[in-house]
Amino acid sequence: MRRRVFLVAGIVLVLLVVTVALVSLFWTPFPAADTTGGRLEGPGAHHLLGTDKLGRDLLTRLMIGARIAMAVGAGAVALGALLGGLAGLLAAFANRWLDDTLAALLDILIAFPTLLLAMLVVAARGASLGSAIVAIGLAMAAIVARLTRVLAKRVLAMDYVTAARTSGLSWPRIVTAHVLPNIWPTLVVNLALQFGLAVLAEASLSYLGLGPPPPNASWGRLLQEAQSTVLTAPVGAIAPGVLLVVLVVGVNLLADGLRDVADPTRRRHR
Amino acid sequence: MSLLSVSGLAVSTHDGRALVSGLSFAVPRGGRLSLIGESGSGKSLTALAVTGLLPPGLAATGTVLLDGTPVIGATDRTLDRVRGRVAAVVFQEPSTALDPLMRLGKQIAEPLRRHRGLRGAALRSAVLEALDEVALPARVARAYPHEVSGGQRQRAAIAMALACRPALLIADEPTTALDVTVQADVLALLDRLVAAHDMALLFVSHDLAVVAKVTDEVVVLSGGRPVQSGPLRTVLANPGDDYTRSLVASARRLDAALDLGGVS
Repeated sequence: MRRRVFLVAGIVLVLLVVTVALVSLFWTPFPAADTTGGRLEGPGAHHLLGTDKLGRDLLTRLMIGARIAMAVGAGAVALGALLGGLAGLLAAFANRWLDDTLAALLDILIAFPTLLLAMLVVAARGASLGSAIVAIGLAMAAIVARLTRVLAKRVLAMDYVTAARTSGLSWPRIVTAHVLPNIWPTLVVNLALQFGLAVLAEASLSYLGLGPPPPNASWGRLLQEAQSTVLTAPVGAIAPGVLLVVLVVGVNLLADGLRDVADPTRRRHR
Repeated sequence: MSLLSVSGLAVSTHDGRALVSGLSFAVPRGGRLSLIGESGSGKSLTALAVTGLLPPGLAATGTVLLDGTPVIGATDRTLDRVRGRVAAVVFQEPSTALDPLMRLGKQIAEPLRRHRGLRGAALRSAVLEALDEVALPARVARAYPHEVSGGQRQRAAIAMALACRPALLIADEPTTALDVTVQADVLALLDRLVAAHDMALLFVSHDLAVVAKVTDEVVVLSGGRPVQSGPLRTVLANPGDDYTRSLVASARRLDAALDLGGVS
C-alpha cells in the first residue's frame, strides 16, 4: 500500500514536469529571446517568477529547461538501454574469451569519470544537446550492460531455460519469452534511476558550460547564470534547483513503484 | 534399435578433470532405467549430457544416440529437432524449473503450440487437458508459480515435459525437493503417465526406495563410474561391489528402523 502511494506521487511529479515541457512546445509566457523585461525583476504580475540579468522571463526559461531535461533524460536512457542491453546480452551469451574482454572494457568505461567522458565527446563533437545525450548515454550504456550481463547470466543458468531448450525452443525465443521478462523488473528500475542521474549529469555539464549552448535554457545553465546574483535575485537560483529535485525525486519514486507492477511475485506483499 | 543408447560416455571439465567416465547403457522404446548414486556421482550430469545440455565449461566424449541422432558434437540446430519430440526433462527443483514471471497455463501452452501446432481455443482446451492429466485444477492455468504449492509446481513441470509427447522422459530427482507425502503422489503420477503414454523413462535418483517404485533396471554410479548394472532385484540381492553393498545396507537399515518404530 505504501508503495502504491510512492508510485502515484512519482507519476504526479514526473507528469508535472512532462506537462510543462509539452506546453513549452506550443506556448510560453514570452518568446524565448524576449529581453524586454527589466533586469533582475522580482516575481510579479507581469513576470510571474521575475527576470534574469538580461531581462528574460524566468518562467519561460524554466519551461524550455524542462523540455531539455526531458529530452536529455529520455534520449540518454534510450541510447543507454539499447547499447547497454545489447552489449550485456551479447556478453551473457558469449564464450569465455569474449565475455572476459567485454567485462574488462565495461569496467574501464565505468571507472572513467562520466564528466571527463562527456568533455571528450563535447571536444570531439562540439557542445550541443546531441553531444550531451551521446556522452551521458554512452556512460550509462556501460552500467546498463554490466547489469544486463549479470542478470541475463543468472536467468540463463535457471532450469526453466534448460527446460525450454529441451523442448526445442530457439535462443531468440528464449530471450524474448524468458530472459527479457525476468530481467525487466530489475532493469526498468535501474533505467528510471539512470533517467534521474542523466538529468543531473546534464545540469552539471551545463553548469560547466559544456551543455547545450545559449540561448538554450538548460536548468544547469540557469543555475550557473543565477549564481552571481543569488543574493539580489534568489528565485533565479532556487527555481531551477526545485524543478531538478521535483523531477529526480519523482523519477525515483516512479522507479520504486514500477518494480512492483513489473514483478508479479511481489504483488501479494502489497 | 534402442531409443537412447549411450556407450563410453565421459564428461570432463575443460582442464581435464573427469566427472563421468566409461558409462554405457541403453533404454529401449517404452523401457525404464534408473541411474542411482550419491550426490556428486555424476548422475545428473549424465542426464544433461544425453540431451546435449551440459553447462558451458564441461565437455562430453563417447557416443550418445538419441533416436538414432548423435547428440555429442551435434549443433543446437540439429538437437532442437530431437529435443522435446524425443526427450523431455523433469528437474529436481520445480521452483527453478518454472519461469517465475509467466503464468503456468502459458508455460504449458508454449510446447503444445510448437510441437502440436495448436492455436486459439484448441490450445486452451489442450492446456486444460494437460493440467487435468496431472490432476491439477483448471484455475492453476491463471496462477504464477509462486502462487501454488511445491507439489503442484512439480505437477505443472511434468505437464510441461509431457506436453511435447516425448518418447523418452528424463526425470532428474523429480521428488527430492518435495515433502515425503507429496513425493509418493508425484511418483505414482509419473509412473501412471509414463505407462499410459508408452514412454521410456530415464530416472535419476539417490534413493533406492524411490527407484524401486518406478524401474526394474538400474545402473549404480559412484564417483562418475558405473559400478554395477542390471535388474534392480539382482543388484539388491547380490550387491557385487562395495559401494552398492553400502547403499543396499543403508536402505535395509532404514527399512528395519521404520518397521520397528512404525508397525509395532
